[in-house]
Amino acid sequence: MDRVIIAEDLSLSYSDDETIINKINFSVNSGCFVFITGASGSGKSTLLKSLYGALKPAQGSLVVGGVEISKVSKSKLNFLRRHIGIVFQDYKLIKEWTIEKNIMLPLIINGYEKNVTQNQVDSLLKHVRLKHQSGKYPLELSGGEQQRVAMARALSHNPILILADEPTGNLDDYSAGLIWNLLEGANTQLKTTVIVVTHNIPETMNIDYKHFHIEYGSIHEVN
Amino acid sequence: MKSIRNHFSLVVALVSILFSIQVFTIIERSISAYKENLASSYSIIVVSQLSIDEKTMKSFSSLVDEVSELNPDHVIQRLNTKIDPKNLELLKLTLPNFYKLKLTHFPTPTEVENLTNNLLNKKSITKVENFSHNHDSTFKLLLLFKDVIAVFSLSMFVVTILLIIKELKIWQFMHNERMSIMGLFGAPIWLSSAVLFRLAIVDAIIASILSFILFTYLSTSFWVEEQLSYIGIEIIFFDQVMDFAILSGVALFLSVLLALLIVIGHKEEV
Ligand SMILES: Nc1ncnc2c1ncn2[C@@H]1O[C@H](COP(=O)(O)OP(=O)(O)OP(=O)(O)O)[C@@H](O)[C@H]1O
Ligand SMILES: [Mg+2]
Repeated sequence: MDRVIIAEDLSLSYSDDETIINKINFSVNSGCFVFITGASGSGKSTLLKSLYGALKPAQGSLVVGGVEISKVSKSKLNFLRRHIGIVFQDYKLIKEWTIEKNIMLPLIINGYEKNVTQNQVDSLLKHVRLKHQSGKYPLELSGGEQQRVAMARALSHNPILILADEPTGNLDDYSAGLIWNLLEGANTQLKTTVIVVTHNIPETMNIDYKHFHIEYGSIHEVN
Repeated sequence: MKSIRNHFSLVVALVSILFSIQVFTIIERSISAYKENLASSYSIIVVSQLSIDEKTMKSFSSLVDEVSELNPDHVIQRLNTKIDPKNLELLKLTLPNFYKLKLTHFPTPTEVENLTNNLLNKKSITKVENFSHNHDSTFKLLLLFKDVIAVFSLSMFVVTILLIIKELKIWQFMHNERMSIMGLFGAPIWLSSAVLFRLAIVDAIIASILSFILFTYLSTSFWVEEQLSYIGIEIIFFDQVMDFAILSGVALFLSVLLALLIVIGHKEEV
């Protein structure tokens, strides 16, 4: 099976005097569903940042989708990112755009036709129960609603890899259930590789998954 | 409403810059028109025992534009009641020749002095009246005016830079976030900065049109015409083709430069 992510002796840091992730080794197979847990401040978001190339490895090697992140050119990185769907911990919605246009963003960047775009967005809005809010701006929504918009945006272009940073952090059980269904659906139907950072793995997962735990700068698989 | 506010700040900055530029142009034009006026009303009177032809007169200095001989008849006519006609004829013969010199441009004090000395070097010329006292004060006023304009243009430049820097910061704040987010989803820089450039170009066009309307209105305004006629000059207040081309060129250049600086200065946040 193809490996989407291969990390070898990977170290991550924001400055020379503090290492957040220290020489970790792990890999993720294509089509896998992975949970990453760890205490607050342990480096979960930091690891995700390196996976979409926002933070370059301080040491070691990191290959995502066949691309070596430490040596990647700007245009190659853009190409890689166009096939990744990211849910940021702080959502990162574009304030001056409507919900609908925010969800369209990856489709616009990937150059999809207008009618494809509209159908996809309508269907996603229905799935995250935000159809009636589509014309609103992000700041006119609640935190949980914004989080669902971020989820819809990450799924809109059917990426090969989804990176979701606490996608249910602000949601009640019902809305969280919607998100888990969407992620499971993408994983089973589209064979999308899904990596989710979370504090609590849902008890009702219907699919096989892997679970990595980050602690003191290291990562280990939990069985 | 939101989009109007987005445009407002840059348009205001641009219009004020364009306004200063056009005002500066108008003042420059007024000064040169005024100088021409002065040159045409300023003249030097030369008194000579022998007659001097125009060519010789011009050979004294390239400054001399026109030479006209003053006819002494009308002066003499005033005297003719008291003097008998015979003596009058005699007087006429002994009278020197009077010449009025018009100059090519309004001279500096040194130019006046040099010309006067050149003329006096010729034996036959007995007197040169250059009205130097009057001339000096007018000239000094003109110089002062030019200095004021130089200070004005310098401060205009400083204000322009300050406005642009302020605008740069606002824009950076406004656009950086969106550009970063688009970048995180793999948008190439031309795509993530497209909105910025479109906004810059639209704002430049709006500012140019506003200035066009403003100056077209001002150039037809009665008040402006009145002011200009007080000074006694006639100038092109606003050339709807050339001036407009310059103003919109400046506006476009500044706003695109602004957008470019933001794109160059854009960093992806970690
Ligand atoms: N941009 C940054 N610059 C410098 N240090 C940072 C930056 N972002 C995070 N850190 C530091 O890196 C460490 C790990 O942060 P990270 O955001 O990866 O934690 P996390 O595991 O996602 O925590 P949480 O569960 O609270 O989101 C923290 O100690 C944090 O202070
Ligand atoms: Mg985090």
